Amino acid sequence: MSTHVSHATYDRLAINRLGLWLFIFSDALIFAILLITRFALFGTSRPEELNQALGLGLTVILLVSSLTAYRAEAAIATGDRSGLLRNLLLTIIFGTLFLVGVVGWEWREAPHLGIVPQEGYGIAFFSMTGLHAFHVLTGVLLLLIVFFNARRGAYGPDNYWGVEAAVKYWHFVDVVWVFFYPALYLVR
Amino acid sequence: MRLLWSLGLIRGLVWGIVGTAIGIGFTMLVRMALGKPAWETAPVTFVAAVFGTLAFLAGVGAFADWWRWASGEEAGDPPHHHEGPEWVRYFNFDTDHKIIGVQYTITSLVLMFAAGIMALIMRLELAQSGLQFVTPEQFNSAMGLHGIVMIGSILLGVAGMANYLLPLMLGAPDMAFPRLNALSFWVAPPAAILLFLSLAFGGFDTGWTGYPPLGAVGATGKQFFYLGVFFLGFSSILGAINFITTTLKMRAPGMSMFRMPIFVWGVFAAAWIQLTGTQFIGTSFLMVVLERLLGMGFFDPEKGGDPVLFQHIFWFYSHPAVYIFVLPGLGVISELLPVFVRKPLFGYKWVALSSMGIATVGFLVWAHHMFTVGLPNEANTFFMFTTMLVAVPTGVKFFSWVATMWGGKIEFRTPMLFLLGAFVTFLLGGLTGPFLAVVPVDQYLHDTYFVVGHFHNTMFGGFVFPFLAAIYYWFPKVTGRMYSERLGKVHFWLMLVGFVAQTGSMFQTGLFGMRRRIADYDPSLGFDTIHLIGSIGGYLVFFSMLIFAYNMIRSLVAGEKAPANPWNSRSLEWLLPSPVKGVSWPTPPVVVGHPYDYGVPNATFVRLAPAGGSDRSSQTTTPAHETKEANR
Repeated sequence: MSTHVSHATYDRLAINRLGLWLFIFSDALIFAILLITRFALFGTSRPEELNQALGLGLTVILLVSSLTAYRAEAAIATGDRSGLLRNLLLTIIFGTLFLVGVVGWEWREAPHLGIVPQEGYGIAFFSMTGLHAFHVLTGVLLLLIVFFNARRGAYGPDNYWGVEAAVKYWHFVDVVWVFFYPALYLVR
Repeated sequence: MRLLWSLGLIRGLVWGIVGTAIGIGFTMLVRMALGKPAWETAPVTFVAAVFGTLAFLAGVGAFADWWRWASGEEAGDPPHHHEGPEWVRYFNFDTDHKIIGVQYTITSLVLMFAAGIMALIMRLELAQSGLQFVTPEQFNSAMGLHGIVMIGSILLGVAGMANYLLPLMLGAPDMAFPRLNALSFWVAPPAAILLFLSLAFGGFDTGWTGYPPLGAVGATGKQFFYLGVFFLGFSSILGAINFITTTLKMRAPGMSMFRMPIFVWGVFAAAWIQLTGTQFIGTSFLMVVLERLLGMGFFDPEKGGDPVLFQHIFWFYSHPAVYIFVLPGLGVISELLPVFVRKPLFGYKWVALSSMGIATVGFLVWAHHMFTVGLPNEANTFFMFTTMLVAVPTGVKFFSWVATMWGGKIEFRTPMLFLLGAFVTFLLGGLTGPFLAVVPVDQYLHDTYFVVGHFHNTMFGGFVFPFLAAIYYWFPKVTGRMYSERLGKVHFWLMLVGFVAQTGSMFQTGLFGMRRRIADYDPSLGFDTIHLIGSIGGYLVFFSMLIFAYNMIRSLVAGEKAPANPWNSRSLEWLLPSPVKGVSWPTPPVVVGHPYDYGVPNATFVRLAPAGGSDRSSQTTTPAHETKEANR
């Protein structure tokens, strides 16, 4: 029985990247379905009562978190471990702020403004923000794991696939919001 | 006792039960904290089922390596060496694609028998007009379970063939993501358990389509059905990631896309549908569950929802889904046919591309399931044309098979017989398709047994017959033993005759207006005799499968030892010893030619790399008698 495999022929990093992109592509379709549902059921109408300031604020926070996530990856690519840790922590904080903003604030406020999950626009609003918040939560958990692994010195300039994967996933979650925010708050 | 605990399956079941109990307790505590009555069947069982499934996976050991990674340990490469008896591996979380392939296939066959018993219940009730054995509700539950369990079985069967064969055929050591691969198998058993649990909670009378508004109300059993399908879809998506990545990144040197075995093309095309389409059924079912549990009225017009929206989302997967089943099946046909007629596969490139063509067109036809919904005429016409377009790439395959057989010297061994059976039934299914594609005809035939007959012919021709052919063909590879040829032939003839009788009765009663999904019919319609013939045919199919099971089990224990290459195949997997031990291809072979050059003088497909001190280094894939044939 041969137990040794010659791994030289396979580019592990390229395989991992392809796998991750396929996963992201597949996952993106769930968001696409909810986006289609939103327009199929409610056209381009939306209630006036939405808290626009909060929506804009949350969007800014999430976009900035993508920048810090990028800087985390760029830092470890050049071997800057403290830059990695600092930016990962910032990303986690921004992500958590976004979660608190959506689930803790927006979701509490919306029913008082007449947007309820059971009927009308609320169906789209709560399902879309809910699914997205779930992804933000998984992203934050992933970043936390990467953060603690990074503190143990698990990554270096030639070996940071874990950081790259978590950051790519984070960007994906952000890009989804780039579509969801206008669809929920801006279209007319 | 320790041996029992060393089986992942047992551990998973115990953990699953504990997890379910914890889930029940957790939900009840949360409900009490929110000031609601602690027990309400629907939400409590739903959360408990999710907890139970995750606990099952944890118990099996599916998360062990990821947990290690998350807690800062080095998980390393999956192990290639194992202690203890070999059979224990089949009940455990094992990353070897050959083990996983067998796990998938056995699970698939078990589910196929279970779903077959559901079909027998229906055929028993239909054999005579009037209600004799079951209530209409029980009939509907049997019908829905038959449908969805068969679909699960077929998905697992596809994954079984693909897992076992892809690395062997591509010259790879294993799949691209072995751990993910094992996880995607182990999601399936709890999903199947959830499907059957639906019976304990009132069953589901919606059929496998689970349409709201009916799906959004009524028995809690429906939630188990939706959740089971959701997890099966999860397994399917993760599997697809592996198939695509392995195909694109792990081919042996020299194996360009157009030198791949044609079966791999079928799996590759199907995997794209699995990867993308499955999200649609999963999300549509999730939305119904949200409507049931939280009252979110996605599909409730009173709340601003739209029930037709469900059908669009649902069929956007569920039509292409049949191509997930059929494309690997047709791939098996194209793979085995050249071996048994000793001729090159006709039009290899076109056959390969036709798989991609079917996969693409498959996404443009979903609304042909909705011709009676009342969509605009323009939409119906569009979908009528796209549906007919499917016949073009399918026709490419059919003509390729005919041309491959033309003038060939056909060896009528059991796998070849099953290929011929596939041609007959797939042709019957294919020729009845265009009738249903035409809007006015479909409005008459919609929801009749004609549709059921059409569907079962495409499934048997596109999957079941090729799947059985594949099992017979690769049985010597997997076990190192030969099956009984005589029993195999008896199986084939009983199955073909039984199946044609059964679906023939479906076509006829359907044309005369027999509705599907109904337990009873008016004796004055005069269907009694023809239904009885159909029922006898159905029981014959099941009986033939019992012969198959006996053949497999007996041959596994006491079959003759298989020769190294019983079919004189040129394909890569037959260069390895049977059964394959350890890493499939520690050193990849070098591909220098085309896989299907049967009878072509001096054609070579592959050279084994001399590295690693392999004793097979001098072999090539031109069997000895093939050269003789070429010299004549």
